[in-house]
Amino acid sequence: MSTADEVAAGRPNRWNPARVLRRLPWWCAAVVIGIGGLLWIYPFLWMIGASLKDPLEVFTSGLSLLPKHARWGNYGRAWSDAGFGQYLFNTVVVTVTTVVLVVVRCAMAGYVLARYRFFGRKIVMGVLIATLFVPTGYTIIPVVEISQRLGLLNSLTGMVLALSGGAHVASVLLYLGYFRQLPRELEESAVIDGAGFLSIFGRIMLPLANPVTATVTLLTFLGTWNAFFLPLVFSFSRPDLRTLSVGMLAFVGENSTDWSGMAAAASISLLPVVVLFVVLQRYFVEGIAGAVKS
Amino acid sequence: MTVTVEGRADRRTDPAGRSPRRPQPPRQGRNRLWIWLFLTPTVVLYGVYTIYPVLASYWYSFVEWNGFDEAKHWVGLANYRAVLADPLFWNSFKITVLFMVAVVPVKVLFTLLLALVLNSPKLPMRTLFRTAFFLPVVTTTAIVGIVMQFVFDPASGPVNVVLRKLGLVADGINFLGDPKTALWTVVGVYIWKWFGVTLIYWLAALQTVPDEVYEAAAIDGAGPWGLLRHVTLPLLKPFAVIITLLTLESTLKVFDLMLTMTNGGPFYATEVVEIYIYRWAFAATVPELGFASAAAVIFGLFVGLIGVLQLLGIRAARKARGTA
Repeated sequence: MSTADEVAAGRPNRWNPARVLRRLPWWCAAVVIGIGGLLWIYPFLWMIGASLKDPLEVFTSGLSLLPKHARWGNYGRAWSDAGFGQYLFNTVVVTVTTVVLVVVRCAMAGYVLARYRFFGRKIVMGVLIATLFVPTGYTIIPVVEISQRLGLLNSLTGMVLALSGGAHVASVLLYLGYFRQLPRELEESAVIDGAGFLSIFGRIMLPLANPVTATVTLLTFLGTWNAFFLPLVFSFSRPDLRTLSVGMLAFVGENSTDWSGMAAAASISLLPVVVLFVVLQRYFVEGIAGAVKS
Repeated sequence: MTVTVEGRADRRTDPAGRSPRRPQPPRQGRNRLWIWLFLTPTVVLYGVYTIYPVLASYWYSFVEWNGFDEAKHWVGLANYRAVLADPLFWNSFKITVLFMVAVVPVKVLFTLLLALVLNSPKLPMRTLFRTAFFLPVVTTTAIVGIVMQFVFDPASGPVNVVLRKLGLVADGINFLGDPKTALWTVVGVYIWKWFGVTLIYWLAALQTVPDEVYEAAAIDGAGPWGLLRHVTLPLLKPFAVIITLLTLESTLKVFDLMLTMTNGGPFYATEVVEIYIYRWAFAATVPELGFASAAAVIFGLFVGLIGVLQLLGIRAARKARGTA
């Protein structure tokens, strides 16, 4: 992408007037899009600015992004008084366990569905595909009811199981599609070398599927970190189990005038995922683009 | 929502992959135990958290049940009759559809325009721009919804500060508190939040057009507009179907944003079906789970219909691509 630009920029005739003129419309377009892009991320800049302002300053400072004096106390208030330290901990625990569970169970299911023909395979496939579109709002009532009966309703374990149990059909199908196109000879030679079922999967197949694992990890991470409906109903009666998104709703319900505290809490919640995105953005974009490219 | 199509794409490779590899290894019999052991986590978790809920929703929709005690009274179709007779259900249905109709064309068209510009290697800093427009996508919807409450605050929110400074309004507009503007404000925020996904879809679609096609057309003397009209846009047509349907399906999932920005209010002006179900099942003093389930089943059928439409659309698009 940018390599083409670099190559072009390296040419000696860079400031050739004809070339500059030819490029001019693109620079104008870049300025227009740049202004649009700045507007696009303005809410986040405003949020970070507000998180460092004096609680009263937020109301009066209007559009200015920079605070007069950085008030780190807002973060302390959000972290300990409002419990966002705890919420962050809950979110990290829930997200990490969910991602691990989803990757393991989807890789295993996708593997056997792709590589073996057995009685019941068609039924499993059919049911998975038939429920591709089921939305959370549709299953939430029975999920809560069965979790209550299993004694899992007000617990992080229950939340993790519900988050990793529902949906994720797409991840199974991603693994399935990948494992299916690997050559049969891989297993055959491994069997000759004396490898069993488990070591073929663990030592040969799973490492080969690393690109799929990366995509599934990233998309599951994003979905779980940002999840709201399930964590909300799983922590109704247990405020200490709230995740960041649910904690935010509760915080605003209780302190509707503490804007700088709200902004600090929101920054605590959003920064980890934004940083991760900026670092790994190529994978994010590829994971999402895959939906259409295929 | 995004990966679903990938899944279906894998299914597409099925017939092709079937012929050479189908002779299965002979040791399959001895592996049967392993096979089912590998499937167990998925079968159990999926059974409990997806299959059972889907079936149970049907069962609940025929009973009267408040969720507190065990007693469930069979009431037949009474819940369905009550839901269908409730003007607020139809209101929420109308708002869901209205939301879809308002979001989809704007989002699909504007992302296409931006993608066409961003796709050109002549544009400086295009990767940076892509990052900026994609950034809202990765953020937590529920938290964005809450921050937006403040951004659109009638007194001190930055949006109203700008409008006042420009002299466009004397008093702040109560964007989220006024039934006339609330839905459109959420529509705007929704488009902003998920703009990047559709943009990436279009960019991915544009990447599939081979450079040789452009080169050949340029040799034939096509100008930039000619290229766009006669080469790029026709090649994008099958993608347009897929992208529109994906966008359509995703607009059905607005619960997080709606609940945190407006909670369905003011006066039910932004109450989409998901919020309606939530209100009856979880936010009411005496939950009406049977009634809420009936609404969920009706909504589920509607979503299913769109899903079927999507599968058909994608199949048609594939055919168009295959013959092209």
